[in-house]
Amino acid sequence: MKTPIYLDYQATTPTDPRVVEAMLPFFSQRFGNPHSRQHAIGRQADDAVEEARAAIARLIAADPREIVFTSGATESNNLAIRGAARFAAGAAGARRHIVTCATEHKCVLESCRALERDGFSVTRLPVNENGLIDVGRLAAALGEETRLVSIMAVNNEIGVIQPLAEIGALCRARGVLFHTDAAQALGRMPLDVNAMGIDLMSLSGHKVYGPKGIGALYVRRRPRVRLEPLFAGGGQERGLRSGTLPAPLCAGLGEACRILEAEGAAEATRLARLRDRLLDAILDALPDTHVNGDMRHRVAGNLNLAFPGIDAEALMASVPDLALSTGSACTSASVEPSYVLAALGVGSDLAFGSLRVGLGRFTTDDDIDYAAGRLVAAVRRLRAGTVRHPPFHDADDLKSRHNAEHL
Amino acid sequence: MNVCYLDHNATTPIRPEAETAAVDALRRCGNPSSVHWAGRDARHTLEAAREAIATLVGAKPASVILTSGGTEANNLAVRGCRRPVFAAATEHASVLSAIGGIRTLPINERGLVDIEALDARLAAAQVPPLVSVMLANNETGVIQPVRAVAEIAHRYGAIVHCDAVQAAGKIAVNVGDLGVDLLSLSAHKLGGPAGVGALVVNGETPVEALVRGGGQERSRRAGTENIAGIAGFGAAVAVVTGGGGTDWRRIDRLRQSIEDGVRRICPSVAIIGEEAPRLPNTSCIAMPGVSSAVQVIRFDLAGIAVSAGSACSSGSVRDSHVLAAMGVGSEIARTAIRVSLGWTSREEDMNRFLDVWTDIYLKARATRPAETSVPETSATSMARLP
Repeated sequence: MKTPIYLDYQATTPTDPRVVEAMLPFFSQRFGNPHSRQHAIGRQADDAVEEARAAIARLIAADPREIVFTSGATESNNLAIRGAARFAAGAAGARRHIVTCATEHKCVLESCRALERDGFSVTRLPVNENGLIDVGRLAAALGEETRLVSIMAVNNEIGVIQPLAEIGALCRARGVLFHTDAAQALGRMPLDVNAMGIDLMSLSGHKVYGPKGIGALYVRRRPRVRLEPLFAGGGQERGLRSGTLPAPLCAGLGEACRILEAEGAAEATRLARLRDRLLDAILDALPDTHVNGDMRHRVAGNLNLAFPGIDAEALMASVPDLALSTGSACTSASVEPSYVLAALGVGSDLAFGSLRVGLGRFTTDDDIDYAAGRLVAAVRRLRAGTVRHPPFHDADDLKSRHNAEHL
Repeated sequence: MNVCYLDHNATTPIRPEAETAAVDALRRCGNPSSVHWAGRDARHTLEAAREAIATLVGAKPASVILTSGGTEANNLAVRGCRRPVFAAATEHASVLSAIGGIRTLPINERGLVDIEALDARLAAAQVPPLVSVMLANNETGVIQPVRAVAEIAHRYGAIVHCDAVQAAGKIAVNVGDLGVDLLSLSAHKLGGPAGVGALVVNGETPVEALVRGGGQERSRRAGTENIAGIAGFGAAVAVVTGGGGTDWRRIDRLRQSIEDGVRRICPSVAIIGEEAPRLPNTSCIAMPGVSSAVQVIRFDLAGIAVSAGSACSSGSVRDSHVLAAMGVGSEIARTAIRVSLGWTSREEDMNRFLDVWTDIYLKARATRPAETSVPETSATSMARLP
């Protein structure tokens, strides 16, 4: 076992060495611009981009022509929500109501806020205390004016899986577009855009052992979903997303998807076992530990643990050889509890004592046993008052914590 | 067959230093927004690259907004300023189509923006606009008098944006010397990886975010940063500022050799933009009587990568807006190809190019006038000029 141990797989995942290998040829050997189809060097790059597009499409049961490459899930979410809302928004009878939920990723909430400033109305659904939305409540929120529902597939802090197929069926019945942010879901649960009635789906490279700087947006062709582009120019990606496609990054995301297609299910089974092993070890030693979010409808690689009476920041600082994160987000210089946990009704005391543990492809049994031992010992020490809270509040630290709100 | 690559303005091969930096960053893990060691490591990589990029253009690191590339940087500048936009008619599509209602500034036959017309337009403007003028054109290599444009524009309270995507790494680019408020850069045009660029904001120019979400890039560009790409960008830029980059005088001589060569074969050949200051690597050559589409196919068959002077989309041949703005007639514009050299170019590449150019030209001349019409079949396979 090697320390330090990385247990923050929801923030980002290490790039799989096989993905790196798949990317290498497109840096210096096949370096062409994929849009330069007029010459052989350009066509080589374009072929690689199209193979990657097909691999992504296969993983979500889509047509390759429905995949638009972006710079990442944040851009995909912006393009999907603002693009769908704004397309023909000025036309007579245009629908100007969006429904989302309180626990969405910051970039979804910010995209909705931008639309509000432009005169759209936004409904933010609450979630149950297990983190899941109430589909009946969603149905009640839909009206004649509703254009789009944006509900994430898997939450980044608590790992809970929303009932996508039910939401999709409801949206279809009511003639409303359904967008889902699946950055945390891809490869961790089966995704089928048709079975789930999904019209728009955001994907990320670096959450699936691919590179950072690449993502994709699934855009349904039948019936066609129309979007206003976020930025314009050379007209690449069918005019939906201009800019030179980065062939190495596209190839990397494609390879990451191929690996998930072959190994995703087995990986989820292995991670569920490791996750349970970690949780059992902690609950055995610290029976008052609480798990935030539903345990049944949850991806395998996530735990969000609340340790009563503990400051999670202090806990993290006392196990510096583990890379973990708090569920808490920071705004300005003052630390506030996570809005996700707040939406679940977790009191701020417990929210401040909450820690996100993210497991993934390179996590081993030994890692888990070690981490469990370290966490249990640290909690006990903190409770016994034998350690002082380490100094956290220097300027740099506050700045980086300020940035940690959107992982 | 060994490919002779003469399309460096579309993308230039990554520098070994940049590839090493990118791949090294790719093999490490961490989100720069995370507070733990993995996050701090990524943050360090990010900030070191930002500093290198700032140094290249004489700006402060905090003024560099990292983006997914030049197109996004241009869109961020043009849309993010919330002003009416005046742009040179020869600007890249990512400027001209970033927003509706852009007023184009006329270009003279040398390819240069008409300064007097700019002055008159600014004097008549009700609201001080954003003026967007590129430093060097991607199709012709023509270098605009950006400093003069900025001086006039600032007199009228305008904001000045400069798309320096094609110029950076080839000629000096300094925001202070140019006097611009906003400057766009792209990594893959200067030896870095594709998928990363920057908008440099000189001073306090307010720019509204295009991609919203988390607080990255001082809330001006949300999304987890492309660490590997940014590391590669920083390393490529460091090669340029360290003086270890391309010997552009050598490239200029190589370009001169092909321009002299084609003129020897065909004295009536048009080299578009040659009357103006140009980048040392770009040549826009119109071969009389042979469409650019035919030329590009013939060059491709001979293992030579060049691009057409006219951009195509949705299957129809369209004249280049750059050449049209310069007043180049469509008869000539449709025969223009772009030859762009770079750090890997060698003398034998020039010889190969000249041999094939000569061959295409002489064969076409021999069969004329029967086959001089512009073919339509190849258009569908051609992308817009990147």
